Amino acid sequence: MDIDNLINHTSAWLKGIGPESDIAMSSRIRLARNIDGLLFVDWSDEQTKHKVIELSKKAVSSSDYMKDAMYVDMSILDPIDKQFLIERHLISREHAIDAKYKAVFISRGEETSIMINEEDHLRLQVMQSGIALGEAWDIMIRLEKDMERNIRFAYSDCWGYLTACPTNTGTGLRASVMMHLPAIVLTGQINGLMKAVSKLGLTVRGFFGEGTEAIGNFFQISNQVTMGRGEEETIDNLTRIIKQIVAQERGSREFLKEKKGDIIEDKISRAYATLESAHIITSGETIDLLSLVRLGIGLGMIKKMNAQCLNELFILIQPAHLQKLAGGALPPSERDIKRAEIIKSRLKIKKE
Amino acid sequence: MLCDICKKNEATVHLTEVVNENVTELHICEQCARAKGASVHQHFGIAELLSGLVDMPDDMVSKKSHINIKCPSCNMSYDNFKKIGKFGCAKCYETFSRALFPLFKKIHGTSCHIGRQARKIRTDKAGHAGKAQEPCSAKDALKEIRAQLADAIEKEEFEQAVVLRDKIKMLEAGEGRPR
Repeated sequence: MDIDNLINHTSAWLKGIGPESDIAMSSRIRLARNIDGLLFVDWSDEQTKHKVIELSKKAVSSSDYMKDAMYVDMSILDPIDKQFLIERHLISREHAIDAKYKAVFISRGEETSIMINEEDHLRLQVMQSGIALGEAWDIMIRLEKDMERNIRFAYSDCWGYLTACPTNTGTGLRASVMMHLPAIVLTGQINGLMKAVSKLGLTVRGFFGEGTEAIGNFFQISNQVTMGRGEEETIDNLTRIIKQIVAQERGSREFLKEKKGDIIEDKISRAYATLESAHIITSGETIDLLSLVRLGIGLGMIKKMNAQCLNELFILIQPAHLQKLAGGALPPSERDIKRAEIIKSRLKIKKE
Repeated sequence: MLCDICKKNEATVHLTEVVNENVTELHICEQCARAKGASVHQHFGIAELLSGLVDMPDDMVSKKSHINIKCPSCNMSYDNFKKIGKFGCAKCYETFSRALFPLFKKIHGTSCHIGRQARKIRTDKAGHAGKAQEPCSAKDALKEIRAQLADAIEKEEFEQAVVLRDKIKMLEAGEGRPR
């Protein structure tokens, strides 16, 4: 399997089959780990980085969970391929910069990936559709145990797992849920929600797009601290709050449907019509429009499209995916035309 | 809106982060965003935490020569650590340990790890990893931490002793018991 094949598959977490995935699109768990006795990535020489790769390869090959994983050497990828992996959420933006001695293992179905020589020697990631942090954690434990059979992690009894950045020390765990909250935004409650959530020791960030701006009403909510709280407690706490936010979004959707039904339906229908008829469209505009259509599906106002098709479009219309589909590099102006084409053809398939 | 960094190009990347009720915004152009990479995102707010709030206890910095302590393993100085905000190796944790208790308290609200424990691996005389053992039980952990506490008190490392004492309390109460 190589990278080009990925485009023909849908990542499992995009399928929209997980619990509450109409609002909580996906759950992600990440563990930061370093190999005992080796300098951390930013301070190590090439020989050490090479050793990290070799040790990881050995650990992955004897892992039940990752033995079929694809190995990708970041240093040989062109910019489009790197961007492609970022858009699929398989690697971080940081991992694409200075790619020498960096690598990533990607499991079948793209549920798990292991970044090598990112900020820490190993960054293990598990993604699932919907609110499924518990399930993701179960997979993560198996994955970590597999790796630990061959690798001894840097650990202190007092401080836990030792990471390059002190904000990750302890559990090294970052659990996050990507949420689509259009009704909370439309009813003007988002700032209040962000404040309330941050008081509970969580971090809220915008999610989609080229940078990290909050477009399309997508937000990523994650735990802030990694010390003084066990992994399960962190995950339970986050899950409880996410469920409350889901309930708030559902309540807001009901409110919008009852009190402002006509205005909302007008917005949603116009968004759909623009997507159907545009000839030139930027990724920012597309994500905003798709966000409204996604709300329309949730409210039962749009029936000619399903959640999976829509979730896929969010990924496919991003620059690197677009250029992969076009079979080569395109300047931004041509990308906007190609993007409109892809959207039109996808919407047509769903209609027929 | 112009980029906050170069003040020349149009800002197209907008970062917002809410930490402890403080909303911080940064508007930058794509070029500066690329140059900064993910570090903008990741260390947003953390750098000031590290540089401004965390100072080594006086006795760790030689007042006469202003020479900072350095990690014997990776050569990272404490000043450098403060500037970069990242450790150079696992040994740095030991080297800068006295400054880390207040640092972790600032970042995490505590300086005591609760949760999974690394699997203990026996190493043979040649230093190669031997057969892995199962992670130690809560009972073993208690025994071990009690021994560490006695050791810390003997060496008059009271900050560490407080952390260990709290850890023992938590373990005894069965909260967040490591598996």
